[in-house]
Amino acid sequence: MNEIVTMAPHQVLPDAGPVLEALGVPKDRLACDRTRDLYEAAAEVFVATAAPIGCLGEITSDEFAAVYLGEGRNHARTPVGDLIGRADALALFAVTVGEGVGRAITNRFHARDFAVGYVLDALASVATEKAADVAERRFRERLGQRGRWGTGSGLMRYSPGYCGWDVSGQLKLFQHLQPQRIGIALRESFLMEPLKSISGVLIAGPREIHAFDDDYACCTSCETHDCRQRIQAMMAVGASQTRQGD
Amino acid sequence: MDILAELSAALQAGEDTKVAELTEGAIAAALAPKRILDDGLIAGMAVVGARFKAHEIFLPDVLMAAKAMYAGLDRLRPLLVRDGVPALGKVVLGTVQGDLHDIGKNLVGIMLRGAGFEVIDLGNDVAPERFVDTAEREGASVIGLSALLTTTMPGMGRVVDLVRRRELAGRIRVIVGGAPVCSSYAAEIGADAYGFDAANAVDRVKDLIHAR
Repeated sequence: MNEIVTMAPHQVLPDAGPVLEALGVPKDRLACDRTRDLYEAAAEVFVATAAPIGCLGEITSDEFAAVYLGEGRNHARTPVGDLIGRADALALFAVTVGEGVGRAITNRFHARDFAVGYVLDALASVATEKAADVAERRFRERLGQRGRWGTGSGLMRYSPGYCGWDVSGQLKLFQHLQPQRIGIALRESFLMEPLKSISGVLIAGPREIHAFDDDYACCTSCETHDCRQRIQAMMAVGASQTRQGD
Repeated sequence: MDILAELSAALQAGEDTKVAELTEGAIAAALAPKRILDDGLIAGMAVVGARFKAHEIFLPDVLMAAKAMYAGLDRLRPLLVRDGVPALGKVVLGTVQGDLHDIGKNLVGIMLRGAGFEVIDLGNDVAPERFVDTAEREGASVIGLSALLTTTMPGMGRVVDLVRRRELAGRIRVIVGGAPVCSSYAAEIGADAYGFDAANAVDRVKDLIHAR
């Protein structure tokens, strides 16, 4: 499986709640007209300028082990390193909401529309995560079509620069996946252009394999530990699938 | 409410059109431009900054107030130049070489201007030489460096080194900030200050200016 995932801007447009959360603004501020107006102005610009797209490339465990090794700068023991041999299926992915949004953010700041520019920046970041969710769903669908996704299956994504996977891992990931075909370039500093892009690996397998403890050496420098929520959410989806299956 | 208090209140509410009108009103009432700036605009931004630090308001509110501040400053600037009113200080700002993230740097620039500083924003992906050349040429006393990546933050150290090599340390101070940066990293590379967020960066720049 190696495919381009097309999506429409409204498909990845986040609700106001997660955008405000990303900005550190309490959700009750949505009751305030000014806050709602800012979100709506940013959403309007996003829909007009975003061009979300992604690509997926299935990869064997052996191939991914070589990609993951990257430039040899990963932590000695990492969640991804431990998962490789236990996964049922793996796919490299990259998604972006496109260059237009970045230009629109810059334009808003130049026009002194700072608040809209700032909200748009946060909105675009959340939207990029939603684009990665779309790629994730597509991979699950493809696995389902081949009878490789069941009620006990779970999927998590990981990116270079996080969880002990050194950001230099982008180099091999890009060589293998070629996200250039959807307009994502990699700079020498391993920064992706457009900025609002995410790349990484999707790891599918029995749900239990994903439930690791955050006691790796790399976890000590992690400020968010948001893997806890992501694991919890994956387990909850799995449990609901199991109930539906019952 | 006198016109300057009204101006400060309008700025705090982020009412840019009203701020422009009130600034013009204050000018027409023959108030000294420096007084309009200090007791109207900067006073309003100071309240906004304090409320932001107290978590009573949030960054979008600060940015709307900043837009209003700019609307007032546009009217006032020619008069401040005419009267030779100096800015609080001059700061050269930019995101280091190899890095394209500029939201954080933009926020710092907006808040510095709101506090009365002159800011020369060099944008992103800025080479060390350009930071130092600009600061020297413009007579800036502070260089502000931003980075969002661990792979680009070593660029901050290169700017600090260049300031030292040109024997400008002390005359030009360097402040650093950005998601992967921390106070110990700032100390490690020999930066003069570290700003953990935009509001804090403004306070640190004020400290650097006053320490001169």
